[in-house]
Amino acid sequence: MAEISQGGGGGSKDGKVRVKKSSTKIDMTPMVDLAFLLLTFFILTTTLNKPQTMELTMPEKEKEGDKPPEVNEKKVVTLILGPQDKIYWYVGITDPKVELTNFSKDGIRKILTSKDKEIPGMIILIKPGKESKYKNLVDILDEMTITSMKRFALVKITTADEDLVKESNL
Amino acid sequence: MGKIKMHRTTPSLDMTPMVDLGFLLVTFFMLTATAVPDEPVTVNTPSSASEIKIPETNILLLTISNDGRVFFSMDGKFHRQELLKKVGERYGIQFSEQDAARFGVMSSFGLPIGNLQEFINLPPEKRKEVNQPGIPVDSLNNQLKDWVIFARTTNPQLRIAIKGDGNADYPTVEKVMNTLVDNRINRFNLITNMEQAGTGAAAAEPAH
Repeated sequence: MAEISQGGGGGSKDGKVRVKKSSTKIDMTPMVDLAFLLLTFFILTTTLNKPQTMELTMPEKEKEGDKPPEVNEKKVVTLILGPQDKIYWYVGITDPKVELTNFSKDGIRKILTSKDKEIPGMIILIKPGKESKYKNLVDILDEMTITSMKRFALVKITTADEDLVKESNL
Repeated sequence: MGKIKMHRTTPSLDMTPMVDLGFLLVTFFMLTATAVPDEPVTVNTPSSASEIKIPETNILLLTISNDGRVFFSMDGKFHRQELLKKVGERYGIQFSEQDAARFGVMSSFGLPIGNLQEFINLPPEKRKEVNQPGIPVDSLNNQLKDWVIFARTTNPQLRIAIKGDGNADYPTVEKVMNTLVDNRINRFNLITNMEQAGTGAAAAEPAH
C-alpha cells in the first residue's frame, strides 16, 4: 500500500555510531482507508440535482374602477381542475358544453393542441376547483409550457363554474 | 529448455497517484457539500418539465405541507436577525439580541408570531419535536403577509419561491399566492422536481 520509506536498513557496525539507517516505514493504509471512506460518504451524500423551478407571473391586482379586459368569448377555453385529477373544460362562456378529460398525453394535451389550431388567439382560463390539489396546478401549468400556450390566466373559480360542473354529471 | 523463474519478491505497486486522486476528490466533495437544512415537514414536490434552476441565494422559501400548513424560511443570517426585529416590532413583541442570534441560524418555522419566542428559546433538538401549526394566512390574521413584506424590506433582492407538497389542497396554495399578489409580488417561483424530458407530464397516467 501507500508507504513512505526513508533511508535503508541496517544498524551500527564496528562500534561506529551510524546516523539512523533503520527504515522508518509508515504504514499509511489506515489513513488511505479513512480517506476513501470519506470520499464515498461525500459522493453519496452530494445531491447533484438541484430542485427545478417554474416561474409564474401573476397579473397585477385589479385596482378599483379598473375594467377587466374584454375578450371574444368564442376564443375563451376554460379549464376547471376538479377533484381526483379531473379536468372539466369548455369553449365559450354562454351555455357551454362541459366535457371531461384528464392529465394524460391523450387528454388535455391533445385538446389544447387541436383547439389551438382551431381557434386563433385562444385564451385559456385555468380555474382550479376547491378540491383540486397543488399538483394539478403545477401539472396544468406544465402542460401550458409543453404545448407552448402563451395566453393563459389563473382565475378564481366562480359558483357558476361549480354549478356547471355539477350539472354536467361527469 | 528455459527455466521459469518464480518471482520471490512481492510485486509492489505504487499507489501514490491513486491516493492523490482520492484526496483530491475528498477535498472537492467536502468543499462543495452543503448541509441540508432540516425541515420541519417532508414535502414531496410535484414534478414538471421545467428546467430552470433555482438560484441558491436570496431565496424566500414558503413551504406548504400536504395538510396545508405554511412554513417560512429565508437565507442570510443577518437578514433573518433584522427581519425578526422588524416583525416583532410590528406585533409589539420584544425580541432580545440573543433571540435574534438564535433565529438567525434557525431553519424554517411555521408558528404564529406569539409562539415564536418560546420556540426560539428551545434547544435545537427539542424544536424538532414541536408540532408546528403553520403561519396563519387567513384573511383576518394574515401574519405571512407581514413576514413577506418585512423580508422584502430587509433584503430587496429576495426571490420568492413556493415549495408545495403535491397533495396540498389548492385553496391553501391560493391563499398563499393571493397574499403575495396582494403585496404586489406578481412574480414567483414554484419549486418542482425534475422530470425526464419526453415522458410527459407528471400525472400523465389517467386519473385513478
